[in-house]
Amino acid sequence: MGFFSRLVNGLKNTKKSFSEKFKYIFTGNEIDEDFFEELEYILISADIGTETVSEILDRLKAEIKQKKLKKTEDSKELLKNIMKDILNENVAEEFEYPLAIMVVGVNGVGKTTTIGKIAQKFASKKKKVVIAGADTFRAAAGDQLKVWADRAKAKYVAGEQGADASAVVFDAISSAKAREADVILIDTAGRLHNKINLMEELKKIGKVVSREYPEAHYHKLIVVDGTTGQNSISQVSLFNEAVGLTDICVTKLDGTSKAGFLIELVSKYPDMAIRYIGVGESADDLLDFDASDFVDAIFE
Amino acid sequence: MGLFESLGERLNHIFSKLTKRGKLTELEIKQAMREVRIALLEADVNFLVAKDFVSKVSEKAVGEQILNSLTPGQQVIKIVRDELVNLMGGTQSKLEVSPKPPTVIMMCGLQGAGKTTMAGKLGFMLKKQGKKPMLVACDIYRPAAINQLKIGASNAGVDFFEKGTINPVKIAEQAVEQAKRMGNDTVIIDTAGRLQINEELMKELENIKKAVNPTEILLTIDAMTGQESVNVAKEFNDRLDITGVIVTKLDGDTRGGVALSVKAVTGKPIKFCGVGEKIGDIEPFYPDRMASRILGMGDVLSLIDKAQASVDEAEMKKVEENIRKNTFSFEDFLIQFEQIGKMGNIQDIISMIPGAGTKFKATDVDETKIKKYKAIIQSMTKKERLNPDLIKASNRKRIAEGSATTIQDVNALIKQFEQTKQMMKNMNSGKLQKMLGRNFKF
Repeated sequence: MGFFSRLVNGLKNTKKSFSEKFKYIFTGNEIDEDFFEELEYILISADIGTETVSEILDRLKAEIKQKKLKKTEDSKELLKNIMKDILNENVAEEFEYPLAIMVVGVNGVGKTTTIGKIAQKFASKKKKVVIAGADTFRAAAGDQLKVWADRAKAKYVAGEQGADASAVVFDAISSAKAREADVILIDTAGRLHNKINLMEELKKIGKVVSREYPEAHYHKLIVVDGTTGQNSISQVSLFNEAVGLTDICVTKLDGTSKAGFLIELVSKYPDMAIRYIGVGESADDLLDFDASDFVDAIFE
Repeated sequence: MGLFESLGERLNHIFSKLTKRGKLTELEIKQAMREVRIALLEADVNFLVAKDFVSKVSEKAVGEQILNSLTPGQQVIKIVRDELVNLMGGTQSKLEVSPKPPTVIMMCGLQGAGKTTMAGKLGFMLKKQGKKPMLVACDIYRPAAINQLKIGASNAGVDFFEKGTINPVKIAEQAVEQAKRMGNDTVIIDTAGRLQINEELMKELENIKKAVNPTEILLTIDAMTGQESVNVAKEFNDRLDITGVIVTKLDGDTRGGVALSVKAVTGKPIKFCGVGEKIGDIEPFYPDRMASRILGMGDVLSLIDKAQASVDEAEMKKVEENIRKNTFSFEDFLIQFEQIGKMGNIQDIISMIPGAGTKFKATDVDETKIKKYKAIIQSMTKKERLNPDLIKASNRKRIAEGSATTIQDVNALIKQFEQTKQMMKNMNSGKLQKMLGRNFKF
């Protein structure tokens, strides 16, 4: 018990002393071991994995040496630029139409909400949207999506709870074709990426789109909860194996989480675009990803 | 691939040159603790929690005698693991009961943590224990949250209370009144997910707490949460003085360092875990298993439990007897396959074995393959099963046809059987015991 109270107090103090130290180190002091240790703290606290943090810091050290930097303030800018460079390699390109976006991810990351917001984005661009409610597993998922579809004035094609998700997607595609829709958004049930059977089912759903709607520009977007830690890497890796991901959306970044795992993801998957960042509950809170803002937020 | 190498392997590597017995030295501990720290961080244990933990354990470990049965690496892991178990507390899966019913349980947490699903599971669990719970819908914000809880209540077979989408404090109050009238002994209040920095919504939770004075305030947190978990837990605890924690989505492949972080900053017990999508998928929290998992050593204990619960002791005794007498036959093979089948989804079992999760692919352990093998054995005559040497080429063709497989399949099975038999022989001579002893003695 004593350990806990000490730890809690320790946490408070360490945190305070760290932030004070940072102000101190970033205002023109000499570069030393403490400086790197504290940078490590910032980066790991932002959920950048230990291995990536070492790589980034090694690169920083090399460039500091090469550029003969002496001040911490200059080094901080350099570090930010290194991170921005990595992230800028995966900029999302404009969508082309007709467009099909299948949205996947683990449970509770905000897939349904994100689809609602994406639908509103397209609606405001005067695009005709069809939404396929292929989450036929979670209780009331369909009701939740219907509310969003109504808000975006999108056509909503639903399946009953327990219905075959592939059949729902099939119906939605027929509807999209008949209405000459610009965009079809497909909501899928949340599933943990290590459940083989559920991932097989997802593959099947994904194939319906390529088979029935080959003329569509087909995107497969994974939604990752911004508060997630290192498991995000496993999520993206296994969903990618199953359906071949093209886009990433990170949600819930209106809290104090930094989603630094994105840095590792973009290095690992150069063909995946970081499409959106979710920073709140309303439709306007789904933003296009901006590497510069993102990195600055890590150092706030 | 440092990331997926297990801590055990890495420590063994460090200590591989070290053969002398005796006490752990400061230098060895320092080297080992660097690896432990990385393992903790990779498991999403908070940076500061990991730092404090490592320095505390280092102090303890210096000068510790290395037990005869262990290597220095194993000794370090044992110390680390014991300390982790110690810090995460005992198994406390009991819910407090109010002396004046109804007992009010209030759920809280971030969006998407799994509160609504967990409320349904708690209701189901309490009903099985003979209670009469009522679920209350106080998430007035997320579209269809009320409906989701309603379906959860109906799946659990428990009562449900809703009162629109205006004032969650009033809804909670009225629910408790109704529970008193209707004789519900437990009220489970589902609240909306919220960020711990959202002042207005945190205030709302404080007001619900003030209005209904809950016996339990349970913070529900996603097992996949990253470094942020300490801030979330600390804020919810500071505002509400929570009574316990529920960790959800532990059926995923996350290492779940959040359990240690949350316990460290709140000091509150972790009471339950969510381990699946079905209404019965709720378990007590086992600190020992969690410790192994955080260190990346797989859920060995769960695996052992699972095996013990489903394996027919008498049947296995018979197999063991035959192994000892070296009369292991296809009959025994069949029994083994059936026992494996009883343990459940093979992929789930594999994922619990340390290190195996990343080394095996679904194709390596194919359940259809086992079904196929069973069919082949079942197509053999009793004599053939007991004396595999009798199986000649012509018999193989017949067996393949009888089991709707190919001769190649039959050959593959026979080959596997021979290999297994050889392994059994080695086991009898004690070779395997030594092998296992070296690798699995944590």
